[in-house]
Amino acid sequence: MITLGRALLLLALALAVGGAAASIYGARTRRPEWVAVGRRSAYALVGVLTLAFALLEAAFLRSDFALQVVAGHSSTTTPLFYRATAAWSSQEGSLLLWVWLLSLWSSAVLRSSHARLRELAPYATAVLLGFAAFFGSMLVFLANPFQLLDPAPADGSGLQPLLRHPAMMVHPPLLYSGYTLLTVPFAFGVAALVTRRLDAAWIAATRRFALAAWLCLGAGILLGARWSWSELGWGGYWAWDPVENAALMPWLTCTAFIHSVMVQQRRGLLKTWNMSLVLGSGILAVLGTFLVRSGILDSIHAFGASTLGKPFLAFVAALAFGSVLLVASRRAELRSEGRDWSLVSRESVFLLNNLVLVGLCLVILWGTFFPLISEAATGDKASVGPPWFDRYTAPLAILAVALSGLGPLLAWRRSSAEGARRALLRPLAASVAVVAVVAAAVPAAAGSPRTLLLFGAAALAIAAVAQELWRGAAARRRVSGEGPARAVVSLVRRNRRRYGGYLVHAGVAVMLVGVAASSAFQHVRDVRLSPGQDARVGSYDVRYVSATGAVGKEKVSLGAVLDVRRDGRHVATLRPNRGYYPSRDPGLGPAGRWFDGEAASEVGLWVRPQGDVWTAVQPDIQSMQRMIDGIDRRFPLADAASERFILQAIADRYRMLPPAASFRLIVSPLVEWVWIGGALAVLGGLISLWPRPRSLRVRSAAWAAAGRLGRALERA
Amino acid sequence: MDFLLIMVVLVAVAVVVFAPLRSDRSERGEDPEVAALEAERDAKLREIRDFEIDFETGKLSLAEHRALDLTLRAEAAAILRRLDAAREGSRERRVRA
Repeated sequence: MITLGRALLLLALALAVGGAAASIYGARTRRPEWVAVGRRSAYALVGVLTLAFALLEAAFLRSDFALQVVAGHSSTTTPLFYRATAAWSSQEGSLLLWVWLLSLWSSAVLRSSHARLRELAPYATAVLLGFAAFFGSMLVFLANPFQLLDPAPADGSGLQPLLRHPAMMVHPPLLYSGYTLLTVPFAFGVAALVTRRLDAAWIAATRRFALAAWLCLGAGILLGARWSWSELGWGGYWAWDPVENAALMPWLTCTAFIHSVMVQQRRGLLKTWNMSLVLGSGILAVLGTFLVRSGILDSIHAFGASTLGKPFLAFVAALAFGSVLLVASRRAELRSEGRDWSLVSRESVFLLNNLVLVGLCLVILWGTFFPLISEAATGDKASVGPPWFDRYTAPLAILAVALSGLGPLLAWRRSSAEGARRALLRPLAASVAVVAVVAAAVPAAAGSPRTLLLFGAAALAIAAVAQELWRGAAARRRVSGEGPARAVVSLVRRNRRRYGGYLVHAGVAVMLVGVAASSAFQHVRDVRLSPGQDARVGSYDVRYVSATGAVGKEKVSLGAVLDVRRDGRHVATLRPNRGYYPSRDPGLGPAGRWFDGEAASEVGLWVRPQGDVWTAVQPDIQSMQRMIDGIDRRFPLADAASERFILQAIADRYRMLPPAASFRLIVSPLVEWVWIGGALAVLGGLISLWPRPRSLRVRSAAWAAAGRLGRALERA
Repeated sequence: MDFLLIMVVLVAVAVVVFAPLRSDRSERGEDPEVAALEAERDAKLREIRDFEIDFETGKLSLAEHRALDLTLRAEAAAILRRLDAAREGSRERRVRA
């Protein structure tokens, strides 16, 4: 199997290189049969990589520790679900997943558009297979997942404890899907530049892939934030970590592209801008992958130091240099077709929002790479923390949300002053009212203009969407006589792009309300409590009732039972704990190896729409160190059954005679709205992405046919 | 066993990838000019639909609607005329070929 896996990777690399060469040769010599060979290489690549990935999955499921990657990231005690998903917790497995997903989307787009875009398709194939060749060569030469371990160990190291969370297992495939989907518009953008066919056709063929990339990246980011909130013991959902930023940056530029491309499709404007966004998003996607893989910046999500950094950096540099060169050499073809541009129009708001989104991306890029910049300039690796990011990103985020509210209220091409006044009046009034109510009802908000502005911007965006939906449904009812609910459904069904997009705006606004409230009005306390003691956090009293201790197959859990009260009334019981996973070093002793290995927090969380109560515990292991050392000295060669008996004794001792423990207690208002808003945005994205009903497509075709018939009759 | 499987995969891949070199059938894609104009037409139809919604939701007055409606329909008609001509040209080129 190992030989087969290696052979499949070599074959994949050969297919990628050969297919790219065949595509270019076919295009240059105008020999369609060679173009077809290139395209078929992409199809074959899917099959070969699917087989390779299936082999790796099978090795994880069978716990085949002869493979280095399995021994390093799984164990016999790892639950089946996590064994199935452990493949992408490793550098090698995640690279294979990346290139496999890339091959899937490449084949999908080539299958659907090669006939329609016959001049562009060969060059796009070459670019997509070029990406596959780069990642394939990484797999073959630097991070081979089919590396043999001889002799094979009896058991593996197990999955990193922090990754044992359902969200974390879906999060990487979603992010990789987003990154790889972004290569599709990138490849067709390059092909359009090379062939100088910069018309609307390539955008129409790849827009859906850009939207899918946006959706996958967004959903991946949200799931990562959820994992951070409910699994990591620090009590937050966003830390401006380089790897988090790496996913956010292409998401921002992709958001900008999805909006500004509509201006190009309608008016023939912003061609250079859109092309730059497409190419920039593709480069940022590879840059993001580079950040995760190279270990160049410190991150909780990165794979640590590796040999992949230099090749990745060279690849990113080549992509950036080539892109700039291509765009510069096609300036004339990229000139805008339209001339007139009204300031009070949806186009203007889109352009302004584009500038804000790209500004946000640049701020994040600067902050993320600041450690490297400062090291190059001064020799010291200084980094900027969350306060720096918050200072510069918050005003831009407020502006972006406000503009997302303004955009739908203005007409395309131009809005008259009277029309704009009519459309803006109610949403603006709603925004002012919300700001006034929040300032009056929440004393802490009155002193925070930034928070009030964010609430105002979010209210404007939500009110604008509500007004648009209301007016659209009213118009629909006038025409069709449908009931209110049915009219809304029909309206959205017939105009998925528009109303799906509006739902995204509302979702993002709701999300930012959650962010604003949970960061501005959050209460945090770090306390040390013994059983029976209380601590107050926000308007809650938290009592440490008793300690818990349990021994499982994979870990020893030591924790606490907390009684949460409000105004003297019991409202929730929380059970935070910390899981201790064993080290594979037998020299640490039968007890010591469990407490000197890795540990992960299980958060005690009380979830409600109005705010979460979040708790984490850090048991005082130090107080039991003498007992652990004594056991290790007396029973250095304890067998598995004895070791379990010893651990149970330690857990019982902790439960019955608990030392004081450290707790982090957080009350976070409206934090769940971050994910409720995020889910709304994802739903909106899905609505936009969903194909139009067949009946409407048929009607459009009939409309076009009727037009042709009309002109034929006119000529006759 | 591994060797046998590798050979099977290699043969299958070679058959799939190199099939066009052994076939007489030449693939003919769509005319790029036609494809571009069709994309332009679809975008214009979408613009007209959005424009109607803008009017129905009160963003445009009747006078603004009339003026822009004429412009948009003229633009759509021009695209359709160019599309017809491109299709005609494409057909002629195919016949000649």
